[in-house]
Amino acid sequence: METVVKEFKHCNVIEIKGRVDSSTAPQLSHTLEEICDDGRFKLVLDLTGLEYMSSAGFRALLATQRTCKRYNRGEVVLASVPVRIREALELAGFTELFKIYENALAAVGNF
Amino acid sequence: MKKAKFLANFENLDSIRKLVGEVAEQAGFSCNETYSIELATDEACSNIIEHAYAGQPQGVIDISCDADDGQITVVIHDHGKQFDMSKVPKPNLSKKLSEREVGGLGVFLMYKLMDEIHFSSSKKSGNTLTMTKRKSDPS
Repeated sequence: METVVKEFKHCNVIEIKGRVDSSTAPQLSHTLEEICDDGRFKLVLDLTGLEYMSSAGFRALLATQRTCKRYNRGEVVLASVPVRIREALELAGFTELFKIYENALAAVGNF
Repeated sequence: MKKAKFLANFENLDSIRKLVGEVAEQAGFSCNETYSIELATDEACSNIIEHAYAGQPQGVIDISCDADDGQITVVIHDHGKQFDMSKVPKPNLSKKLSEREVGGLGVFLMYKLMDEIHFSSSKKSGNTLTMTKRKSDPS
């Protein structure tokens, strides 16, 4: 798994590529925590290059959403979600917890 | 049929998914179905590593996977702590963000992704999980 972080004026875009499972989810959590520790709470997760995500990854997303939405300071939105991952997110009841955009450009516009 | 033993280490999840994924593809399951089978197997093995073998990286997970007559069967066996899957609470999907539990999500997904799940557990023989899924369009 690889993450590429880009900082914009109003938000950060984090590209998540590869596979997120119990082995790699801690690395993703760490990256997202560091961004929040820097006081950045408006996050776009660009999932264009995401091949696979298990519940370990979903938990990392949930924890980050909780952090970002606290005190109404921001939120995590998802962009370009691959169909299979979206279906799994729906099964897990996660699509109600995140705004989902067609692509990162539209998601950045949200902020 | 493909069979293999893996040590209880999250690093092995990639190889575990590949094992069942290859059987599913060869049997003609669609890409979506193959992904579901890989995900369910991943969730099961992640639970074994984290809970059944907690603190035992030398624990062994036995996996066998076979497909026949439009159905795939994944059998996962371990000798870790006894575990009763029926006692895992279902996550409440209607709860709001701040109250949403994270425990039980893996087991919940397994039941959603596969057609049937059977589980047996004893001190003598360990834990055995059997999951099956039928092709949606058997040829």
